[in-house]
Amino acid sequence: MYDIVYGRRDLRVHVPLSSCTLAAGSREVYKAVEDFINRKGINAEVHRVGCTGLCYLDPWIMVAGRGLPAAIYVNVRHVDVEKILARYLNRDFTGAYALRFKEGNVDYGVPLLDEKPEWRNQVRWVSRNCGLVDPESIDEYIMTGGYEGLRKALRMKREEVIETVKKSGLRGRGGAGFPTWLKWKITYEQRSDEKYVICNGDEGDPGAFMNRLLAESDPHRVIEGLIIAGYAVGATKGYVFVRAEKPLMADRLEKAVIEARERGFLGENILGSGFSFDIEVYRSAGAFVCGEETALIAAIEGRARPRQRPPYPATSGLWGKPTVVNNVETLAHVATIFQFGVDEFTKYGTEKSKGTKMFCVTGAVKRTGVYEVPIGTTIKKLVYELAGGPVEGKKIKAVQVGGPSGGCIPSNLFDLELDYETLQSYGAIMGSGGLVVIDDSGCMVNVAKYFTDFTLAESCGKCLPCRVGMKIMNETLERIVNGEGREEDLEILRDLGVTVIKTSLCGLGGSAPNPVLSTLRYFENEYREHVENKKCPAKVCPKLVTYVINEEKCRGCGVCAKYCPVNAITGVPGKPFTIDSSKCIKCGSCLVNCPFGAVEKA
Amino acid sequence: MSQIGITRVEQEVQVGVARLVDAVVNKYGRSRGKLIPMLQEIQSELKYLPRQALEYISRKLGVSLSEVISVASFYHQFRLEPVGDYVFQVCFGTACYLRGASEVYESLKSATRNTRIAVEMTVEKARCFGCCSLAPVVMVINTKTGDKSIYGRLTPSEARKIALKYSTLTHGK
Repeated sequence: MYDIVYGRRDLRVHVPLSSCTLAAGSREVYKAVEDFINRKGINAEVHRVGCTGLCYLDPWIMVAGRGLPAAIYVNVRHVDVEKILARYLNRDFTGAYALRFKEGNVDYGVPLLDEKPEWRNQVRWVSRNCGLVDPESIDEYIMTGGYEGLRKALRMKREEVIETVKKSGLRGRGGAGFPTWLKWKITYEQRSDEKYVICNGDEGDPGAFMNRLLAESDPHRVIEGLIIAGYAVGATKGYVFVRAEKPLMADRLEKAVIEARERGFLGENILGSGFSFDIEVYRSAGAFVCGEETALIAAIEGRARPRQRPPYPATSGLWGKPTVVNNVETLAHVATIFQFGVDEFTKYGTEKSKGTKMFCVTGAVKRTGVYEVPIGTTIKKLVYELAGGPVEGKKIKAVQVGGPSGGCIPSNLFDLELDYETLQSYGAIMGSGGLVVIDDSGCMVNVAKYFTDFTLAESCGKCLPCRVGMKIMNETLERIVNGEGREEDLEILRDLGVTVIKTSLCGLGGSAPNPVLSTLRYFENEYREHVENKKCPAKVCPKLVTYVINEEKCRGCGVCAKYCPVNAITGVPGKPFTIDSSKCIKCGSCLVNCPFGAVEKA
Repeated sequence: MSQIGITRVEQEVQVGVARLVDAVVNKYGRSRGKLIPMLQEIQSELKYLPRQALEYISRKLGVSLSEVISVASFYHQFRLEPVGDYVFQVCFGTACYLRGASEVYESLKSATRNTRIAVEMTVEKARCFGCCSLAPVVMVINTKTGDKSIYGRLTPSEARKIALKYSTLTHGK
């Protein structure tokens, strides 16, 4: 078995090289592994892989030696590498997080990864290769069944391809949940000399990075899906739209396009089918509104504004030609559906929404990461069983789902299922699938204001409801968090929120008030505390808290006094300092600059 | 625009910028649709988009200056002001925000202000990097080499130490 899986070497070490693991130091770990192997002269190889999505373990390595179980070590620092490998080769597996597999029925005292709840409860359908294969090798993708889906699709008629996607019930994974087949069918039916398919890899939602992870870890799957989409609608050219700020994602997709072209999966007469098609990777300059399809198209044309729909891109899109815009994850699903069959896909999900979805769970949980689960999984299962629940001593009070277009769901509703319709009826949206968990140390009003700061900055300014409406909502929230809120402010927010949603031109304004409306709906008491009692229950809003110095922690260095702009802090060096709250303007400089963490909020 | 009153240095800069824009326009062709890639390339050379470059490219492409500025000012990637040797980007994604990005930002701001090195170091708020599990995150970009370092799970005082470390780096040279 070892030979089949890992080749003829005596030792193989997998190191994930993707943006998130690199940020956690995996490049240094990679070098340390290489050094170790060279120094010891072992017949071994270091292998680059993508990321599994278990971010809280970064950086991790997997070590597989001949005759030994494959073991995963986590939160590895480069200085630990030598110790870990030496111990492993000595058949000592203490400190391993989990085993990837083992031969025979030996108890090594370390659980299998498959037995861990965060892995066992996932259905790794579209993310199946993530963290297991080299993302820069087309051969490894082909070995796992890659481009078989394309082969099958090219043997079908275009109508049959669209019919297959219809049977699968696949809906857009970028947020709105529009049936993928219908977009394709409308575009297919247009008569035009040119048609385009675009892969939307903009992913501007803060807290959502499943597209980046997928495209960095298994880029060929996305490219294969885009080629199938191109064939189905009769497109001449495809674009992959990706942010220049995510350079590794763009590089890997670009490399995948080049390799696919070399192997005849792109270009003239693909695999002898008579279908000719090519892909260009477009590096955008980054703007949240570009997630919206008309704005994305405008960006490729070199402009910066969304436009009125209809006409929809399916009839008049890029350069006025019929255009399909599909999300990264949607296209990866397409490729996987054609590889493994519709029946495998429809095993999972709900009546209305089939298949699986990748969710990013971040914020106040133990195991932050990306988890792929069937659509219809409850919030509770995702947050507690997979992501491990709250960090020690805290209580989760809400999840924010869907980013700046989504809303907050309070913890008493965690039995809700994650699907498009359910979330929408409770004031949130599935969006691209980012869940930010908020515990009792977070202030819901402050979170709402944070999102209006974001959408206000991202509003393109073309239509009035979004440009001015969001400004007024933002100013109202600003007043509230500063303790200057008025009784009528909550009504202003509600009224205006509904108006902006109803009258905005594009999806950005049409959803921007959601974070405010949903927090008002479920956490009105927190708003009232701010407005009526001028108190922030979570002690987050700077103007509504008082700053005090903890005498036990204070070493009397006087740094706080130096930074205080109004001389409100006094004391004798070497003894605890004090803050005069009548002078204090609550700027927070002392808290930020104290080297000992002695300034606290009360 | 009148050339009177312009210093020799400014004139040199203007010629240099024009030369760069010419080269970029020649590479991409005089196509409106390539405006964003062209601006990206100019910025990667100059680290920001000077006003002269925007004016010159607008004339070259026959696109109004207001249109060029609307594109340049709308997308996050573009800078209209010069930057220092090091840019500190504080991630303001949701997870980072909830875990204290504002305090980290304030701390970096005050650290760079008080060490009289504001010219060499630029501190700015950035969009989500997607490293949410490391929140709060700061990316330090060396604008001369393009090297990037990421620091995660920061407290305000750790951020301060990092800023001071870079300040000794620049002053040590």
